[in-house]
Amino acid sequence: MTNSIGEIPGADVLFVIGANPTEAHPIIGIKIKQAVRNGATLIVADPRKIWLTKIAKIHLPIRPGTDLALINGMANVILSEGLANEEFIKSRTEGLEEYAGVVAQWPPERAAELCDVSAEDIRGAAREYARANRGAIFYTLGITEHTCGTDNVLGLANLALLTGHVGKESSGVNPLRGQNNVQGACDVGALPDVFPGYQKVAVEENRRKFEEAWKVKLSDAPGMTLTDMFEAALEGHLRAMYVIGEDPVMSEAHAGLIREALSRLGFLVVQDIFLSETAKLADVVLPASCFAEKDGTFTNTERRVQRVRKAVEPPGEAREDWRILIEVINRLGYPADYSSPEQIWDELARLSPILAGINYGRIEQVGLQWPCPNTDHPGTRFLHAERFSRGLGKFTAVEYSPPAEPPDAEYPWLLTTGRTLYHYNAGTMTRRVSGIAAKSPDCFVEINPADLEKIGAADGRMLRVTTRRGSVEARALATRKVRRGGIWMPFHFAEAPANDLTLDAYDSVTRTAEYKVCAARVEVVEP
Amino acid sequence: MSNTVTLLINGEQIGVAGGTTILQAARLLDIDIPTLCHDDELEDRAQCRLCVVEIDGRPRLEPACATQVAEGMTVSTDSETTLAARRMTLELLLSEHPQSCPTRARGGECNLCDYADDYGIRAPAFGYGSETEDIRENSFISRNAAACILCSKCARACEQVQGVGELGFMGRGIGVTARPAVGKTLEQTECEMCGNCVVVCPTGALRATGPPGRADAKVRTTCGYCGVGCQFDLNVRAGRVVGVTTEPDNPVNGKWLCVKGRFGYEFIHHPERLTAPLIRRGDRLEPASWDEALGAVASRLAEIKAANGPDAIGFMSSSRCTNEENYLVQKLARAVIGTNNVDQCART
Repeated sequence: MTNSIGEIPGADVLFVIGANPTEAHPIIGIKIKQAVRNGATLIVADPRKIWLTKIAKIHLPIRPGTDLALINGMANVILSEGLANEEFIKSRTEGLEEYAGVVAQWPPERAAELCDVSAEDIRGAAREYARANRGAIFYTLGITEHTCGTDNVLGLANLALLTGHVGKESSGVNPLRGQNNVQGACDVGALPDVFPGYQKVAVEENRRKFEEAWKVKLSDAPGMTLTDMFEAALEGHLRAMYVIGEDPVMSEAHAGLIREALSRLGFLVVQDIFLSETAKLADVVLPASCFAEKDGTFTNTERRVQRVRKAVEPPGEAREDWRILIEVINRLGYPADYSSPEQIWDELARLSPILAGINYGRIEQVGLQWPCPNTDHPGTRFLHAERFSRGLGKFTAVEYSPPAEPPDAEYPWLLTTGRTLYHYNAGTMTRRVSGIAAKSPDCFVEINPADLEKIGAADGRMLRVTTRRGSVEARALATRKVRRGGIWMPFHFAEAPANDLTLDAYDSVTRTAEYKVCAARVEVVEP
Repeated sequence: MSNTVTLLINGEQIGVAGGTTILQAARLLDIDIPTLCHDDELEDRAQCRLCVVEIDGRPRLEPACATQVAEGMTVSTDSETTLAARRMTLELLLSEHPQSCPTRARGGECNLCDYADDYGIRAPAFGYGSETEDIRENSFISRNAAACILCSKCARACEQVQGVGELGFMGRGIGVTARPAVGKTLEQTECEMCGNCVVVCPTGALRATGPPGRADAKVRTTCGYCGVGCQFDLNVRAGRVVGVTTEPDNPVNGKWLCVKGRFGYEFIHHPERLTAPLIRRGDRLEPASWDEALGAVASRLAEIKAANGPDAIGFMSSSRCTNEENYLVQKLARAVIGTNNVDQCART
């Protein structure tokens, strides 16, 4: 997030696109509700009638995968109606001309037709957002989990640059990060192309710095993304994988292929707290600890580094993950003698300029937000106040591209997958909470009641959803929340794994799969 | 209303912004005014009348939570009249509250009983109310009608914070109580089980289900579910997490949580937790010692590195683990194995 969570109630126009915060980030949902109670205008672009549409001034129920057409259509309105922030564009940005050229091709009528919403609503949304005093965009995987995910994000950044709604309190571009520490995992270098603190491995100066600190020669070749690792495993180039606290068999697209990739490895280690679907395939399983059983820090979606504290012991012989990793490192002949997570933090902060000013003492009561370059620095509530990381903000001319696998005669339904309020991702934790399991016991397929009637089934009837990759059975949940012709499934349920169905087509930059659109067939299961 | 207003509270002068309530102004002077229905994050309804104060020139006592300051106002928060009125209010509330407070009996905290103690009320003039059985509203929330004092905070939190609005005053006369629609439990409504009604309840009429008794320790930590990073206290008893409570003193979530954060802790002590290393023998995973398991990991990784090069090994680090652990994973990949093949699920 470029802004802080606490700044949300101060926004006067909120544009939520491809995010369902009342279920996936409920406390951010509460803050958005609070902003609306304070009189803010809410615009929601989402194919489904998510909860926030109840309090939205405008809901744009776009056809899945047409986000960029909508975004460019809004930009077209902003430019053609003179609503752009000329002063901001002049002083803080570059590259408007080429971008304006692309946007000119997207009058709202054209966008409306592709998105299947009204041109008037696109105009209304553009005007509300552009005229805001403190306009804020919120997005999540509905934007990124497409083959055009990077372009979608750039499209939203363009909107913020066009209107100057960035770099201010309550005004910015806010991706809501999914997992408790996905922000932190990236920040501390669990990415193939950067050392801790986003320092590129390909830059010699960075390598020298880490070679000196770690006293070894380091590789200058950026590593493989997860997606590439699974492909390399299928091709036989990747021989071993060490998987920690993740369940790719449940969470990656086209799970059948992931299982096949893992089975071709010469060696698979899984370190986890339950025997996950992935752990079942492992050669060695190491019993690890959950958040309540260890000390350390997580970094939340607003870049705030916060303490995690040990409250109870891990069960049986299970161990804290950091202790397991130290053992593995030592047994591989590299000296690692940390006696506490704090020592590890101090080393990583010393090597990461954005985190250098944060230590356990300073975050004992309240966490600090990076960038925090030195111990006198108060942390950073919102980004890009004076300048962008690269200096001027750059408009990128991004053009709409259709989803990789649109519905056709053979697979006429459009399947989208996602998360629900009651369960968390692969369900390994929440499905073992009896009250939650009772509330949400099984998988379901959301389908419009008119569509359900068309296929001659009643609410609650078992449906078989089939794609070119697999087949899953789950009960029908009739709801007007979903568009006609669309179905929606959560991926929390191992006995009905939605990712057996999803498409392994990827964004070319991030290598993120298109979880939000693929073609499917729906049949009624005969009892 | 940003002009400064000067007033006297208990003889002390203070200047505050116009629009400030007497309750807020008094707190700035560290003067404690008792209240059962006020919450800083909810709209005031002046329901409990416990925060009444005496204002010079006004014929009646006024509720401090709902009365705005005015220039030259002289307020007394502890005059005999005020204290007598509060005692009367407490005695009336106690007349519908069981003598054996169901919340205290469970080791919980009841603000009404606490105030009754503070005001030295041992034998309330109108006696006590009768006891009622707990009603299980859903898997996580129980309700005791007798402990309810109709402060409406639960209903306001449900409506104003969560936006759900499934709690309200139901019934008539002395039978009125704050609850879901008549004939329903919360389970049968749109209730999202966030438990934010439980947090604001001053008497424990709404409470988390679970065994009675106090926690041995409360450990402040960060929620392990989504990326919001809510702060809460794990309540620990006899080495087990038995509950989650919140305090308003953090900038992320304050005292609010969702169902996963507040009630999703049972997995921690689930019998299916992995408790010993496992090694594959044929098509079975069998328990092994740490020494054997770690030995296998180190020797196989070393063998594959020697045979196929460091880039034949990949690490899927964890967006669920700590920063310190993720740092160790990428250091293991880069400095020990010699590959940059390290990633996590940031892409999904």
